[in-house]
Amino acid sequence: MIAIDINGRSRSVDATPETPLLYVLRDNLKLNGAKYGCGLGQCGACTVLLDGKPVFSCLTPVGSLAGRRVRTIESLGTEASPSPLQRAFIDEQAAQCGYCSAGMVMRAQALLETNPGASDTEIRARMQTNLCRCGTHMRILRAVRRAAAALGSASASPPQAGMRDGAVK
Amino acid sequence: MNAPLLTRRASLVGGVLLVGIGLPGRGAHAAETTDDKPPGSLAQFPLLDSWVRIDAAGITVFTGKAELGQGLRTALTQIAAEELSVPFDAIHLVTADTARTPNEGYTAGSHSMPDSGTAILNAASQVRAILLAIAASSWSLPVDSLTTRDGTVRAPDGRAVRYGDLITDTTLHQNALVRSALKPPADYTIIGHAQPRVDIPAKVTGGPAYIQDMRPNDMVHARILRPPSYGATLIALDDTEIAKMPGVLKIVRDGSFVGVIAKREWQAVQALRAMVAAARWKPGPKLPERARIYDTLLALPSEDTTILDRLDVADAAVSELSARFNRPYIGHGSIGPSCGLALFDGTNLTVWSHAQGMFPLRAAIAGLTGLPPDKVRCIHVEGSGCYGHNGADDAAGDAALMARAFPGQTVRVQWMREQENTWEPYSPAMVTRVRAGLNGAGNIVDWNYDVWSNTHSNRPGGAGALLAGWSLEKPLTLPRPVPIPQPEGGGDRNAIPLYVLPHATVVHHFIPEMPIRVSAERGLGAYMNIFSIESFMDECAAHTGADPVEYRLRHMQDPRARDVITLAAERFGWSKAAPGSGRGFAFARYKNLGAYCAIALQLAPIGDDGQLRVARAVLAVDSGQIINPDGIRNQIEGGFLQSMSWTLFEQVSWNADGITSRDWAGYPMLRFGLLPDQLETHIIDRPGAPFLGTGEASQGPTPAAIANALFDATHLRLRELPLNPPRLRAAGLA
Repeated sequence: MIAIDINGRSRSVDATPETPLLYVLRDNLKLNGAKYGCGLGQCGACTVLLDGKPVFSCLTPVGSLAGRRVRTIESLGTEASPSPLQRAFIDEQAAQCGYCSAGMVMRAQALLETNPGASDTEIRARMQTNLCRCGTHMRILRAVRRAAAALGSASASPPQAGMRDGAVK
Repeated sequence: MNAPLLTRRASLVGGVLLVGIGLPGRGAHAAETTDDKPPGSLAQFPLLDSWVRIDAAGITVFTGKAELGQGLRTALTQIAAEELSVPFDAIHLVTADTARTPNEGYTAGSHSMPDSGTAILNAASQVRAILLAIAASSWSLPVDSLTTRDGTVRAPDGRAVRYGDLITDTTLHQNALVRSALKPPADYTIIGHAQPRVDIPAKVTGGPAYIQDMRPNDMVHARILRPPSYGATLIALDDTEIAKMPGVLKIVRDGSFVGVIAKREWQAVQALRAMVAAARWKPGPKLPERARIYDTLLALPSEDTTILDRLDVADAAVSELSARFNRPYIGHGSIGPSCGLALFDGTNLTVWSHAQGMFPLRAAIAGLTGLPPDKVRCIHVEGSGCYGHNGADDAAGDAALMARAFPGQTVRVQWMREQENTWEPYSPAMVTRVRAGLNGAGNIVDWNYDVWSNTHSNRPGGAGALLAGWSLEKPLTLPRPVPIPQPEGGGDRNAIPLYVLPHATVVHHFIPEMPIRVSAERGLGAYMNIFSIESFMDECAAHTGADPVEYRLRHMQDPRARDVITLAAERFGWSKAAPGSGRGFAFARYKNLGAYCAIALQLAPIGDDGQLRVARAVLAVDSGQIINPDGIRNQIEGGFLQSMSWTLFEQVSWNADGITSRDWAGYPMLRFGLLPDQLETHIIDRPGAPFLGTGEASQGPTPAAIANALFDATHLRLRELPLNPPRLRAAGLA
């Protein structure tokens, strides 16, 4: 058994240390957000946050996570109460098939947590890592800009708990 | 451009262009109706309760089409809610399921709105008429004194009765009438109005949204060992140690078809890796030399069909132009590799799949497993976007074979990335040749066009279409392909120009033999034929010294085509953009009977790396009556960006021993860094006109607009795709 910190909870999982985090999230913990896309770190569909930084969960052995904090899209919000970034994806209708969406949201989340007022150039550069096949890129950019604008203007006031520590919505 | 923007009075509201006057000679959605059958898929399934059921649980609407991420659930729900006069949320929609829905074949070819949308529109309208008639009779009031609102029929005196209280289980078990009393489009409050997609909230919050997210309690995980190349057969596989690996439950083997079932998913992956290392294969036939693929295809026997032979009165040609175009094999490139689930209870087999046709898949799986079709049920569950016939059907076939060998538990088969990239059926490589004669005014008076292509559909149907069947001890073989006939066509889709060409011959050279596995991908032959025709229209315009937009209009009579061409040019500011600045234009009506789409775009300056980038693109589209404006915009924009990706990057690679574009490093496609700065879409609404479908309309004009912009910037005409840096360097452009 391996103990890992997922979305602010310590979870004990029955997996060998080399098992990619992606399989632990999806199979052991039954979380839907992180997606299998390539298993090679080329598409970003499996992106989660590790100590606040975006990583490919398909390439991250679960045995390497002692003392580290993993956050998935399930930590942000729910359908009934989406996070500001998720709300922006819905408002911009920034999906077609949506298979890449969770990875897109998590990579953008990491950017906005460190750089809430990220510019268009910064957003494009950061999102380069993640593939979308339906061609919803322009909408994804609009969604991230929309959330950035909301957060950037909010940064003069106390930060929103959900965006700053990311633990819960 | 100073000319009137549109041929009819129009106004722009919220980015949607509203045309105030209907099309001449056409009532609401009338063009879908023949004299003796109700319209759309109602013709094949006329029973009203095939489409709409009302009971104590509420209103359920059925479609044989599937949600592929194109927004189908939302659009069909809008249609049903509108004609039934109920709120959007009151509709429960059931999609493709062989046990529950009409058999509407494949969700493909931009047919969902014309076929299923039209059926639901008319069925819902007729159901509403029946409800009104029953209420009128019970109240002894005239029908036209009653109204419907929020799922109730209301009388002028304030009495109201709920729909569910007006009917019995059998009331709607009656055939649809040929004609429906549809609502006037002016009364629409849901159709044509923005409706947020029903599926997006779950997709952006980690909710269960995909077949990959299904986890029945009894589920086990399977992986399939695939041969290293087409036609390779298994010589030896010592699986003694693999069977002892942690979690391994069963190894299934039938000839060269081998799969492993494990308790945990990662255990199945590890077992697959061990099998890959242990398996010894007899190679299949060598693949043809990639550098000579177009000549190889042209040298294969072809079945030739003259699909257009027009000989109207025409001027003599005073000059002649000709050109040849090539396009490579292109993959579907789904972000999620294919997946299938199946459960065999000893008698009945249930299969969950993200393939595009549940009924054809059922026939194929029945053939593959030897089960009677009535013992096989196929249920569509959404997967990653497919854009055509990718590995989804094959993964379902794999799951069916594995479940058959492991009864009593649900078996989930998930393909690996390299399996999807190397085994999915690609969109075929094609060659076209065009020759035009111009009169003294520069107008085209003679047009000769040839297109060479493999089939664009090897879909199931037959079990031989499923990959697993090829590897069985008693192997199944792919049936000999047959061309998809005109007017839709396959390789010859959109091979007939919509332009007025007095002398014109178009020949489809259908090549049955397939050195590389191919099938349907978004737009079929339209991508290549429109690339060729619209590139060549620009060549003719340039030869004459004509403006490309004016030259197109000069050869176009269809008023709706003229409208989208004019609108795209106007919104782009075509008349103000300097020739030579890297602007390009293209137009097509998909299948010559679907949506109209015109594109004007501007290339960014070409850098030293030879990488093209579109700076700005303006798209205009006419899909008939709009259902969900943002749904159309999303499809048109997405189609443009995907087609731009095909055009700038994509080609399947191989060597003699097999496919080599195994992952996203070997098969690069569009990423955020090469997006346009601006992308805008303008929609022309045609209230009451038939739904034309939208999903493939921008695929074809995109490559031509890019190639035309490249010519505008450089005076070099590139006629082979992709337009990638090596091609530009070879042309001396970088």
